[in-house]
Amino acid sequence: MTSLRIDSPACPLPLTDSERVQLGHGSGGKLSAALLRERLLPHFANPYLAQLGDGAVLPIGGTHIVVSTDTFVVNPLEFPGGNIGMLAVHGTLNDVAMMGARPMYLTAGLVLEEGLALETLDRVVAAMARAADQAGIPLVAGDTKVVERGKADGLYINTTGIGLLEPDFRPAPDRARPGDLILTSGPIGRHGMAIMAVREGLAFQTTIESDTANLAPLVERLRQAAGSGVAVLRDPTRGGLASTLNEIAQAAQVGMALEETALPVPADVAAACEMLGLDPLYVANEGVLVAMVRPEQADQALAALREHPLGREAAVIGRVVPDHAGYVVLRTVVGGTRVVDMLPGDQLPRIC
Amino acid sequence: MKYLSEYRDGTVARGLIARIHATATRRWTLMEVCGGQTHTIVRQGLDELTESAVEMIHGPGCPVCVTPLEQIDKALALASRPDVIFTSFGDMLRVPGSECDLLQVRARGGNVRVVYSPLDALELAIRTPDRQVVFFAVGFETTAPANAMAVWRARQLGVSNFSVLVSHVTVPPAMTALLDSPDNRVQAFLAAGHVCSVMGWTEYEPIAARYRVPIIVTGFEPIDILEGMLLAVRQLEAGRYEVENQYVRSVRREGTRPAQDLVRQVFRLTDRQWRGIGAIPQSGLALREEYADFDAEVRFGLEALTVQEPPECRAGDVLRGNLKPPQCPAFGNRCTPEHPLGAPMVSSEGACAAYYNYARFRAPAATEH
Repeated sequence: MTSLRIDSPACPLPLTDSERVQLGHGSGGKLSAALLRERLLPHFANPYLAQLGDGAVLPIGGTHIVVSTDTFVVNPLEFPGGNIGMLAVHGTLNDVAMMGARPMYLTAGLVLEEGLALETLDRVVAAMARAADQAGIPLVAGDTKVVERGKADGLYINTTGIGLLEPDFRPAPDRARPGDLILTSGPIGRHGMAIMAVREGLAFQTTIESDTANLAPLVERLRQAAGSGVAVLRDPTRGGLASTLNEIAQAAQVGMALEETALPVPADVAAACEMLGLDPLYVANEGVLVAMVRPEQADQALAALREHPLGREAAVIGRVVPDHAGYVVLRTVVGGTRVVDMLPGDQLPRIC
Repeated sequence: MKYLSEYRDGTVARGLIARIHATATRRWTLMEVCGGQTHTIVRQGLDELTESAVEMIHGPGCPVCVTPLEQIDKALALASRPDVIFTSFGDMLRVPGSECDLLQVRARGGNVRVVYSPLDALELAIRTPDRQVVFFAVGFETTAPANAMAVWRARQLGVSNFSVLVSHVTVPPAMTALLDSPDNRVQAFLAAGHVCSVMGWTEYEPIAARYRVPIIVTGFEPIDILEGMLLAVRQLEAGRYEVENQYVRSVRREGTRPAQDLVRQVFRLTDRQWRGIGAIPQSGLALREEYADFDAEVRFGLEALTVQEPPECRAGDVLRGNLKPPQCPAFGNRCTPEHPLGAPMVSSEGACAAYYNYARFRAPAATEH
């Protein structure tokens, strides 16, 4: 930060945007995709990584396992409805489950910042253990590192999940095809808005709680009810439902037509988003799955989701269409249409 | 919550659209002043649904878009100073300056923070007395009262490490400038409801009378805007030109007096550059002499900058309503939200962003449901 000139007509920091990592690179939008495509994947090219799913499908012996890894850096560490430990278990289990696999084992790596209250650590770890117990998944290996104060934000957690692939059940983004119905398992936007409300110290009273949950039981129900009729399974976390649907539309080169009236946006999430100028379609979820199901199996799939407490508010929100391949289009409440695109970076709250 | 469902009802909307079509005997040209309204219109497809009765042209009411490049560059310079915490509404962070934007300054180590209210910035200043906290005070009459309040309180409390970089603008002079322009096509205005909830509409009455142009004070939900369109079309068909209030649930003729008083106490009128449009006399707000201590330009000795807009960006034509964003040759190829040439492509209220995000592609498949 030396030699900054304040009288300069040009930007005092003339850098092209490719020279530094920006927060937007972690938002799950277009910048994240570019970082992955241009800076990371070229170094590690192999057929397993190239699948680019929520996890990798690996042949071992006569069977296939799924491995998925995820790192959790949420701030604040504790939020209404959960904490980082619970999230680290659910998030990775869900990624394994979205591959159509049955989660079996979990590992964890903790990075602790010097000065973190042990009380906080205890609560986080207890929540992790509880979440893993409830899912029936043992945590089988782990690692702990401590870094100097200021070098991390309290606590980061990486978890890796290992699952066993079920035969004849291989949901994958590129399997979406025209005619498929698009199902969501529950209301959207709760995790992101719960975090936002705490992090920004918003001046409105909110009761929004994170939806963090283990989705594996829902996936198992879907598998039993609709089997190979389940073409795609994803959990729309970072970047929200809109980003996930765009990724699928591009992977399968199909269009998607959504109905705004069918979108399950809870009233409190809608109100908070409205106040901040955010779009709930781009807000993160941690306990919702989106499924594309062949039309013949859609009724059974919907009924199966609704039988489970997590899926009580499951809904059909639209369908996969042959037109406008690669685009997600929403029919608005008043009957107009609009594109639902990926965001370039983070959503930024508006001025007025 | 009532406001969300009640003013987005599909059946009511279809009824209004039918009445607009039944009322119009020809196609009228309306301008919605506010960028928030532009986004509702394009996002909900209201322009498509009323296309044969009205042409909606999009006005200059995007505070981010009209903030002059010079002020953005000053913001970037301030945000780069190691002794400064630069606070701003989130909208401003991606607006391109001459060389970069606030997000890039932050990535490089500048202390740039998003706040939701200028009072949060003031509180930050009180909590961090060893740093200078600067707030980027932009916007129309809607944000002016809160910004005035922050400066007023800073002075009351004697907070010496708080200042504001001001780039406030007001709506009526911009409307007059548009109407005076020889290529003006606007036949009626939908005025910005939130601006009027502060200012009332008395200042629009002479404009309506002098230019014989209907002005409808209009809200931001789809039903509000369709009602505003209908009222405008009715006046035009009847040859009337009055100020009419669609947004009765929020706006009274005299506005909100205490807010106006506070703004007048802290700010004075000044000539102001509008990005893309040019200088409009007496269209901006600047801090009064007695509050000059809180003016970041004074405190940090910022001098006038010579700036050069990217020649390819036609934001000015867009902001004056003379060019629809998709008609711009750079739209969607050399200018995108990731690599914007101008502010209307990044702001959440910018017309270019509205078209890029919502209407770049209008699919027949989704309408034939």
